[in-house]
Amino acid sequence: MSTRLAKGGRLIDRAKPLNFTFNGKPMRGYAGDTLASALLGAGQVMLGRSFKYHRPRGLVASGAEEPNALVNLGRNNRHEPDQRTTTTELFEGAEATSQNHWPSLEFDVGAINDTFYRFLPAGFYYKTFMAPRFAWKHVFEPIIRQSAGLGAAPKEADPDRYEQAYDYCDVLVVGGGVAGLAAALTEARAGKRVIVMEQTAHWGGRAPVDGGQIDGQEPESWVAAAVETLSDMANVRLMLRTMAAGLHDHGYAIGYQSVGEHAADGRPRHRLWRVRAGLTITASGAIERPIAFSGNDVPGVMLASAVRDYLVNWAVSPGDRVVVVTNNDDAYRTALAVQAAGLTVPAIIDAREAATGELPELARARGIKVMTGRGVAKVLGRKSVTGVEICAQAGEGGVIETVACDCVAMSGGWSPVVHLWSHCGGKLVWDDAAAMFRPDATRPPTGAAGEPLARVVGAANGLLQLGAIMDEAGIPAVSEVEAPLMPVWVMPAGAKEKLKFKAFLDYQNDVKVSDVQLAAREGYESVEHTKRYTTLGMASDQGKLSNINGLAILSDALGRPIPVTGTTTFRPPYTPISFGAVTGEARGELFQPLRRTPMHGWHEAKGAHWEPVGLWRRPYCYPKAGESHRTAVNREIVNTRTNVGLLDASTLGKIVVKGPDAGRFLDMLYTNMMSNLAVGKCRYGLMCNENGFLSDDGVVVRLSEDTWLCHTTSGGADRIHGWMEDWLQCEWWDWKVYTANLTEQYAQVAVVGPQARMLLEKLGGMDVSKEALPFMTFAEGTLGGFPARVFRISFSGELSYEIAVPANMGLAFWEALNAAGEEFGVMPYGTEALHVMRAEKGFIMIGDETDGTVIPQDLGLGWAISKKKEDYLGKRAQERSHMTDPKRWKLVGLETLDGSVLPDGVYAVAEGHNANGQRNTQGRVTSTYYSPMLKRGIAMGLVLNGPDRMGEVLDFPADKGAVFKAKIVDPVFYDKEGEKANV
Amino acid sequence: MLTLTCPYCGVTVEETELAPGGEAHLKRFGPGASDEDFEGYLFARKNPKGVHFERWRHAYGCGKWFLAARCTATLEVFGTYPAQTTEPPAELIVKINEKRPNWGGWK
Repeated sequence: MSTRLAKGGRLIDRAKPLNFTFNGKPMRGYAGDTLASALLGAGQVMLGRSFKYHRPRGLVASGAEEPNALVNLGRNNRHEPDQRTTTTELFEGAEATSQNHWPSLEFDVGAINDTFYRFLPAGFYYKTFMAPRFAWKHVFEPIIRQSAGLGAAPKEADPDRYEQAYDYCDVLVVGGGVAGLAAALTEARAGKRVIVMEQTAHWGGRAPVDGGQIDGQEPESWVAAAVETLSDMANVRLMLRTMAAGLHDHGYAIGYQSVGEHAADGRPRHRLWRVRAGLTITASGAIERPIAFSGNDVPGVMLASAVRDYLVNWAVSPGDRVVVVTNNDDAYRTALAVQAAGLTVPAIIDAREAATGELPELARARGIKVMTGRGVAKVLGRKSVTGVEICAQAGEGGVIETVACDCVAMSGGWSPVVHLWSHCGGKLVWDDAAAMFRPDATRPPTGAAGEPLARVVGAANGLLQLGAIMDEAGIPAVSEVEAPLMPVWVMPAGAKEKLKFKAFLDYQNDVKVSDVQLAAREGYESVEHTKRYTTLGMASDQGKLSNINGLAILSDALGRPIPVTGTTTFRPPYTPISFGAVTGEARGELFQPLRRTPMHGWHEAKGAHWEPVGLWRRPYCYPKAGESHRTAVNREIVNTRTNVGLLDASTLGKIVVKGPDAGRFLDMLYTNMMSNLAVGKCRYGLMCNENGFLSDDGVVVRLSEDTWLCHTTSGGADRIHGWMEDWLQCEWWDWKVYTANLTEQYAQVAVVGPQARMLLEKLGGMDVSKEALPFMTFAEGTLGGFPARVFRISFSGELSYEIAVPANMGLAFWEALNAAGEEFGVMPYGTEALHVMRAEKGFIMIGDETDGTVIPQDLGLGWAISKKKEDYLGKRAQERSHMTDPKRWKLVGLETLDGSVLPDGVYAVAEGHNANGQRNTQGRVTSTYYSPMLKRGIAMGLVLNGPDRMGEVLDFPADKGAVFKAKIVDPVFYDKEGEKANV
Repeated sequence: MLTLTCPYCGVTVEETELAPGGEAHLKRFGPGASDEDFEGYLFARKNPKGVHFERWRHAYGCGKWFLAARCTATLEVFGTYPAQTTEPPAELIVKINEKRPNWGGWK
């Protein structure tokens, strides 16, 4: 059983005990503990159950590579699943619960899967659940969802604060081990601006645990001195608890910093650093590989390096009797550390035929039994290790001896952490002697000028011995000389099926040697395909432990060398990062900028119900006390059509186009002619893209001989301005045209209704009579003391003036209109009333009648397409056969027979079925509303041969079997003769 | 995330300041063009693995469109230049020839 030792622990402060709970059970650790070391120190070996077979699992590692020991942390709105205990610093009051079991960690129903493992082979989802088709959705998926998956997702909003920060540096050093610190010293002394990111809370990496001497000092002392030197340099920023998550295009690196974790002192919880680095030095170290032997996942089987980390860093003994299983010299350090802690090493099992290096000899000299040419046939125990059966590594697993133990420390060699090197295209090379992929220095990731973006140092470069690592930086260092390892991918080499069924490669996804071999037999050759098929290397650890072992097994099964198989792609982030950090401050009110019209505050004070339009908020309606939105909309419509209404139209796009070639330019931009528009006149225009599809519409006004004002839709102003600039800058750059987007420079108010003229006349200052200001004209002057442009245009069919005043006078003008209009019964109206009124008149709305596949000809807007012009944007496209096809659906009005309101977007069905067995269709609804003027539902839609089928009744099936019957009618429902505007 | 130098401002900016505009040096075909020419203009794009000429707008800066020559495989940027041209600058072609001898030209 694991326990806390009475002495030692270089990282813990025994004067500061911390209380926490695991599955409700109170436990105690120390400041400096990780949650993992605290749990292990409290005797908790089993920490969860596995994903697929629900096998008991415990800690395998001591760092970011840990695949098993993931827990739920916190409760309610601070609950987080899948928290890696090895990278979670212990804090007072931590509440952890284990995952992936039901009803309890100790007794779990799902563990029955482990008995039926033969029926859950690689790709079992694909194989087993193909038929019958309905069963996937209704039977298999619900069952799998219940039994698989890791922690539960939180249900409430995250109360913590997160932020993002930006920085620039000449050199970013990733990893604060001795290699990283040495590289940082060299670069900093050369005057470079240096940032060093270290993912843990401590500097020095493995060296203080593994020992040796640097520059005549203990590694710990050298690290302390190096950190002190760097801290004093103004050009260096040292960042602990900051994981370099990814290295992207042109040296863009992401750092994930833990700042005020569980601090509740106002600091953000996490900070995401977005760093542009001239050069990134990856000093990210290496990760030890497990060995694939039967039962290598039983709680108590750990990486050899992790065992000595727990002993040395946190004074935690993973077990009293530790058997070491290895194929290399480094693991002997663990045996020595175990012995030095006063614990027992019954045997070191070395797969190599001989072990004569410095470290094995030292172990023998200390009286530890070294067995060479041996392997583990099987680990005994289920919820914890009780012993190992030893066999010949070269054989099939015949048991030679059984050794009792409660911990197995395994080492299959080391794999450099090449993630950041690979993220941005750095290539790898297979090192046969060390049995590892390491960065190929001749093929680094490259930057904007083709220069190398990254350099790699230390263990990340495949240098595993202290002397070699420091030699790179020109610093003398020594450690025990290590003999070469012997690659061991399966233990024993000829392991029988029964053993391989429990020899795990990927702990997190429960992928075994037998699964990868099965995939190879079934024809999987690509390592990427094998990954998806077997799930090897997926989920939150992304194969940090399993990758190399898995592809070695695959290569062996396919009878080809490992470098031919290659690795799967390394993708950021290196370890999972919080959604909060990715979101930063962009949530709630700061999610996106809010654009406000000058009258926004007035609307708000009047209790407007908002509708988002692009980044704007527009009043949807202004409900009075006790009024529903529907009632408010109807009241606003009736009042506008009876008395007078005011609409805040400030969001409407207003783009000025000016210059000698402005008319010619607008003739290209709009489908109709704009160059011949007389000064002072207005004209409705359509814009199409080069595909011929309708893109935007609005009223164009000729302000003067060389100046036009183009109104666009509210959501389209920026896009259309960009569109204009694109053509002017990239195609017709010799045309003399200037554009300016003046949308926010003017407030605009639509004064609409039979009393509109009387209201404006009361304000006074301009002649707004029918004679002086006829329909589709414009005048400039002063209204009620406000400098104003008055456009006599109408989107409602009513007598209507749209009046633009300078933005800073918008609110005052709006208030003046409301005050003056009181005697006329003036009321503001919102966007919904606007929509209904335009639909009553059969006016189209971009985004309702159009969806990016509709051409003006579909909408009966042929009158707005110039026949005289040789060219306009979209003209050639509209000549294509499909665009001139008479079978294109055309715009009509639709009236239900019973007066009800058609559901939006429903389709009219036709006879017969299509190739997919679905009903054929012959039309669809594009806009549908209740008209309070007509007291019935009205709708517009696109229908096959629609305009030729007036009076025909179509069937529109809707939800729950309802079928709406609607008659094809003229799309103008209200005031067909247009008398109301003609006054 | 790329960095590109706006040839108007002369500043090297992050991709978030820019808006992409697809392949550069397309010839527009309008009314009177054959179906093949029009289809090519509207839809056919080179999409090479290698040297690519493309349009970018310094959308959150000066608002100007510019053109860039960039390797789509390594993201190396060979140069940027104003959009008011029908072909890449000669010195840029020389530079690309040096760096990618077998690139096959821009047309």
